[in-house]
Amino acid sequence: MSGHGSGSSAAPLNTEALRKDFPLLKRVVNGRPVVYLDAAASALQPQSVIDAMTHYYETTHANVHRGVYATAEESTALYERARLVVGRFIGAPDPAHEIVFTKNTTESLNLVAQSWGRANLRAGDAVLLTEMEHHSNMVPWMILSEELGGLDLRYIPVDGTGRLVLDDLDRLLNGVRVVAVSAMSNVLGTIPPVRLIADAAHAAGAVVVADGAQLVPHAPVSIDQLGADFLAFSGHKTMGPTGIGVLWARRSLLDDMPPFLGGGGMILDVKLDSFRPAPPPARFEAGTPPIAEAVGLTAAMRYLTEVGMDRIRAHEAALTDYALGRLEEKLGSDCRIFGPPAGPDRGGVISLEYRDVHAHDLAQVLDQFGVCVRPGHHCAKPLMRKLGVQATARASLSLFSDEHDIEVLIEGLLEAGRLFG
Amino acid sequence: MADLEELYREIILDHYRSPRNRGELESPPAHRVEGFNPLCGDEVVISMVVEGGTLADVKIGGSGCSISQSSASLMSAAVKGKPVGEVRQLISTFKGMMSIHEASLDHEHGVGDGHEFDGNGAEVVPGEPEQIDLEQLGELAALQGVVKFPVRIKCATLSWNALAQGLDEVAAEAS
Repeated sequence: MSGHGSGSSAAPLNTEALRKDFPLLKRVVNGRPVVYLDAAASALQPQSVIDAMTHYYETTHANVHRGVYATAEESTALYERARLVVGRFIGAPDPAHEIVFTKNTTESLNLVAQSWGRANLRAGDAVLLTEMEHHSNMVPWMILSEELGGLDLRYIPVDGTGRLVLDDLDRLLNGVRVVAVSAMSNVLGTIPPVRLIADAAHAAGAVVVADGAQLVPHAPVSIDQLGADFLAFSGHKTMGPTGIGVLWARRSLLDDMPPFLGGGGMILDVKLDSFRPAPPPARFEAGTPPIAEAVGLTAAMRYLTEVGMDRIRAHEAALTDYALGRLEEKLGSDCRIFGPPAGPDRGGVISLEYRDVHAHDLAQVLDQFGVCVRPGHHCAKPLMRKLGVQATARASLSLFSDEHDIEVLIEGLLEAGRLFG
Repeated sequence: MADLEELYREIILDHYRSPRNRGELESPPAHRVEGFNPLCGDEVVISMVVEGGTLADVKIGGSGCSISQSSASLMSAAVKGKPVGEVRQLISTFKGMMSIHEASLDHEHGVGDGHEFDGNGAEVVPGEPEQIDLEQLGELAALQGVVKFPVRIKCATLSWNALAQGLDEVAAEAS
């Protein structure tokens, strides 16, 4: 995908100025300013997102789609406008019909498996996943497999550098109905060639589900270039609030999909013995939706757009390059880093092992330096088994991350090494 | 780093680096039980032999962080060869130590509702301080620094919960 390279000519980010936009960065933990390196788990919010939600609650809040009074009209307008803003952010051709708001990426992916999957798959049908998927792009298909009496679950393997092995793709695709692939690994930072996979999948007659939880917040994404038929991502990883997720789906697919959850707002008519579902996207939004969260997400999309997704990607790619270089220089072979080398197919997610200090102990020592990283299996246990590790410590970058953050990370790792001898 | 040094006391690091009673016993005749922390992937495998009301032998397998592994090692050294009743008392004392300090921390920082949960989702009932005999814990008292780091309590109690479960299973089989 063009625009994901680190060689962007866009002006570099002024991280010092950007950091002022994030109130949480003012916090001091254990006597040290917070060094936030956990964006892959959840991003921090700029003040504009917090203000937008506060303003909404203070001036506008009402339930959507029902009331005729002024604030109800306004909240409905804000909620529907969020769909357009979010759609524009990913270049959706028909945002008003194709953007479905959910609770999070996980719910978006479950919606695809339970609605599209249940309507279109039968026992024995083949589903192609990858070995580096997050559990949320794996388990929904396993649940469906159990419900349908057994799907043929196949996996694109991961090689030693953390890239997908695509040599055998055509054979793997033979007879496959759906391909579900992460657009960026939450463990390795790998950015696989989704377009190439999607083109091959389409040629084989399969639909393509992209898990965009990690890619959408950190690189320019355009539906047109991505080539997938479904794209899921989260509000809170894109610097918006928790409690809102996004599913984009091609309208031709969405129109034929049955409801996922039943309730208010998703119907045209209900009788004692039957119901008629509403057209998309309402069909998939049962119950009161995340309205304030949609307002917050609108502000987040605006913030990211203002900073510039190409500049964010260029900054994080350059900082990944710096971090990998410095970790190598300062820690040498004591530090094992997973994933591909810095470059166009590597995002700002750095999973590492340091000497034989367990990831939890590393993270505990790093906390004393104010450094927020995530230890564990990162909801990708099959991948961890493949890598031969129980847990890694994962540092992940944000648009405001800088070289100083990396130096504090290294300082903390060295202290952990000293403590554990 | 004072808190950190209290957490990672030398005795804990020693048991982490050189775990006692490491390995597995053939099962059967030994009883085997696994403790698993699905959140972080720490695991402990305990093989135990109960003979004539005594925990005659115990071996520890599995892998995880320094707290979970050193706690398992310290536990194995403390319980091996002890009458089952005494082992159960020690389990309760150890878990009591974790919850007393927890409760006092909640009070100190004004956070939490006093309901803490161990690694298996069971509520840890805070004990009365006077009922807990820290002397009885011996080397195990080194783990009390863990309570200042609430997330790690489940690392420390992982092997103890597994041991309690194993003793229950052995008792159930015998009856």
